[in-house]
Amino acid sequence: MATNSFTGNTRKVTAHLTQNESLSFEKSSPGKKGYKLGPLDVPAVDASALLGAAVRNTEPTLPELSEIEIIRHFTRLSTWNYAIDLGMYPLGSCTMKYNPRVNEFVSRLEGIAEAHPYQPESLSQGALEVVKLLQDCLLEITGMDAITLQPAAGAHGEFTGILLARAYHESKGNPRKTIIIPDSAHGTNPATAASCGYQVINLKSNSQGGVDVAALAEIVNEDTAAMMLTNPSTIGVFENEIHKIADVLHDKGALLYMDGANMNALVGKTRPGDFGVDVMHLNLHKTFSTPHGGGGPGSGPVACKKTLEPFLPAPVLTRGSDGQLHWNYDRPQSVGRVRMLYGNFGMFVRALAYILANGPDGLRQTTEDAVLNANYIRKKLEDVYELPYATPSMHEVVFSDRRQTKNGVKTGDIAKRLIDYGFHPYTVSFPLIVAGALMIEPTESESREELDLFIDAMRQIAREADENPELITTAPHSTRVSRLDETTAARKPVLRWKGPPAPNGVEIDTAAKEW
Amino acid sequence: MRYLPKSDAERAAMLRDIGAASIDELFSVIPNEYRLTRDLNVPRQMGESEIIDHFKAAAQKNANGYTSFLGAGAYRHYRPVIIDSLVQRGEFLTSYTPYQAEITQGTLQAIFEFQTMICELTGKDIANASMYDGSTGAAEAVMMAVRITGRDGVLVARTAHPEYREVMHTYAQHQGHDAREIDYGSDGRIDLAALDAAVTNQTACVLVQSPNFFGIVEDIPAIAEIAHKKGALLIVSIAEAVSLGIVRPPVEADIVSMEAQSFGVALSYGGPYCGVLAAKEKYLRQMPGRLVGETRDTEGRRGFVLTLSTREQHIRREKATSNICTNQALVALMATIFMTVYGKQGIRELALQNLAKAKYAADTLGKQGKLLFASTPRFHEFVLQTDETPDQLNVRLLEKKIIGGLSLKKWYPELGNATLWCATELTTKEQINTAASVLANAPVTAAAR
Repeated sequence: MATNSFTGNTRKVTAHLTQNESLSFEKSSPGKKGYKLGPLDVPAVDASALLGAAVRNTEPTLPELSEIEIIRHFTRLSTWNYAIDLGMYPLGSCTMKYNPRVNEFVSRLEGIAEAHPYQPESLSQGALEVVKLLQDCLLEITGMDAITLQPAAGAHGEFTGILLARAYHESKGNPRKTIIIPDSAHGTNPATAASCGYQVINLKSNSQGGVDVAALAEIVNEDTAAMMLTNPSTIGVFENEIHKIADVLHDKGALLYMDGANMNALVGKTRPGDFGVDVMHLNLHKTFSTPHGGGGPGSGPVACKKTLEPFLPAPVLTRGSDGQLHWNYDRPQSVGRVRMLYGNFGMFVRALAYILANGPDGLRQTTEDAVLNANYIRKKLEDVYELPYATPSMHEVVFSDRRQTKNGVKTGDIAKRLIDYGFHPYTVSFPLIVAGALMIEPTESESREELDLFIDAMRQIAREADENPELITTAPHSTRVSRLDETTAARKPVLRWKGPPAPNGVEIDTAAKEW
Repeated sequence: MRYLPKSDAERAAMLRDIGAASIDELFSVIPNEYRLTRDLNVPRQMGESEIIDHFKAAAQKNANGYTSFLGAGAYRHYRPVIIDSLVQRGEFLTSYTPYQAEITQGTLQAIFEFQTMICELTGKDIANASMYDGSTGAAEAVMMAVRITGRDGVLVARTAHPEYREVMHTYAQHQGHDAREIDYGSDGRIDLAALDAAVTNQTACVLVQSPNFFGIVEDIPAIAEIAHKKGALLIVSIAEAVSLGIVRPPVEADIVSMEAQSFGVALSYGGPYCGVLAAKEKYLRQMPGRLVGETRDTEGRRGFVLTLSTREQHIRREKATSNICTNQALVALMATIFMTVYGKQGIRELALQNLAKAKYAADTLGKQGKLLFASTPRFHEFVLQTDETPDQLNVRLLEKKIIGGLSLKKWYPELGNATLWCATELTTKEQINTAASVLANAPVTAAAR
């Protein structure tokens, strides 16, 4: 990076070369191959004769490349990504913790990776034992009574959980009409409620950013199916009146749904099943260390109380009198399937490996360290960034950009500047109840050294906001590309490659001269 | 605990800096009565070698060394080694959703390539960044068609994967649309006359799977004509992505919902797999899920961003096109690498091998029973009717370490002793011949039944 565009002490990073790489289509040339099939040991067939009018006559424009080119292509692309493996990833509510490599190893063992979902149950007992042990561990961790691992991600878990609530109410003769959702909730919550046929009632947070129990009591009625509550909340605060919230809902026959996005603050310290939650989802890709992989796959198990068990998606796992595990499809009250087969099994393997690596002591220590790290950051930054809520923080801390905006520097700018210091940005402008939010979740995976580097970077950026705000509003200065034109991207969408190959197969990166 | 990068001394020092007397002070906000004061009852902390042993023991209890003829929406294809090498790079594996475009161009460009390849294979204008899987993708496609048309009638072919149909019904039940199933005819394809009679001007969409659950290629142009003449959309669900190498893409479809598991993704006892939706461009604003678009940075350099997010839940909340957030990005990357490895020629050659193996298997095994829908074009699956029950048959096959076809009794009882068989490029002639010889040795009592 050029010294004239970067001031401050960047102890964490140094500029280095990255390779340019065009699209695979632009590198393609006819006749190159990256594959070799074995010889056909059965008679060759005439596709046109077999398929008739259904035969494919057009060739798809897929790239033609050799193996080394493919390796370099994707390796070069990979170097343009930030990743947990490179450093701290303080994305609030995303729980970007270390993804242990033994998880990856065991998920690829042949008897696990090659197991066909329809192979006989007698030849799937190992897979089913993995499912069973993970279910048992998650039930113990949440304090709930029954569980399904079928949902493929958190939002899918929410959908499943609200379907359970709906089926429960229907079994009592009335599905009810509304779901109450605090204004601090993730967008998936209202979207889920709508997809289950419910009307969303927004609940305004109180002055501490938590649930206003009195206001809640006023709006809960016989039409309320459930409340979707994230606990700790998206500002990282434990709802210390959680039992009252549950009571208010239960008094009217409504259920308490807990969004388990922030379960990393609770594991081994308290259990949702003990504080009145009726149904909840977990994110294995957050709390239980399965990799985010650039946006998925996830896994969103749903745990519930005994009263909701009859409604779980089919099949459910049961142990027969022979000691063998079986999928039980005979579930007359089930909400139905939410996904084919049994869920993202490969993620179950990884999550279980994580639990086994931790044990009860490790799980508790993990939670304690996650909370310790967030509070350490809070303490070290609260004099330079505005803390909108003084309520004690759990696993994440939310600041606002109020002091920096007087210089025209917004949370999104600070986030981009953080990139120059070698960090992934925190979560920007969320939750919505905090104007200009900086939502920081360090997780337990950060050493004190890494936290101190982050704190230094944030403090330097606060100074820069006073001394040279333009440096921040034009950041990042050290990346392959600078800020991208999102407006044009949305106005004139280009969602696939259409163009002819560049003459030499490479788009010349003439602007990449700033360092 | 080896994942935690702190000594007790450092923890104590940090607590001092915070001004907390103990770690419990940081949890004091949790009411006393809800604090867990005992150890969780989970297995004790294990060493890495113990963890590996634990899962090796589990793997040993699953099928090992068996020949398998199972397909039915989960297919065993060769997975080129470089796929796993590349997706295990930490920069892909441990990266988040690419909201911060400047430091996630790798993931974004790869998804852009994925979207392009899916468009090329399916013959559609646009494709999204992935859905959970083929079953939920099909359900989302139906909801998309309902939004586009403002109609509430949904017609689904009974030849679509039974579990996809179950998922569609689960999604549909509270959306105010009813999903009716259309039976199949004697050729194993959707009954066109029944479909024609069922489509009305209140029909939002017709959903068919092709190749269908029996492995048969549906007559897409004819189905499209029936749907379109009443203004209904056609959704084509594709459970076997490899088929697109040799089977004509569903160009008449308005929306294609595809499962890309066949493109280099492990069977893994049912997941994670990779759904994806493709559609005509005019339906872009109703597309659920993430989309990557090309744009320029402030210096004019090409770059990629997540775009059109005003469709999505984090912006639109209860008015979003879907509640989907996390998708299957890393699995989509696996599929992208697979498509890059096989490329333009390879995908065709691969599909041709599948076609040839299945033809040989159907001919060979068909002699030991009755091949159903024998004269209808199919890809690499076929239905075999036998005198023996599927259970009896499979017991004998298992003795020879062969997992035979999937029993269809649960879903299609009218087909009697019918099993669904699949052959891919990995199925050998010898395996097919061995299975045929086991079938040929059916006990006389069973045959006489």
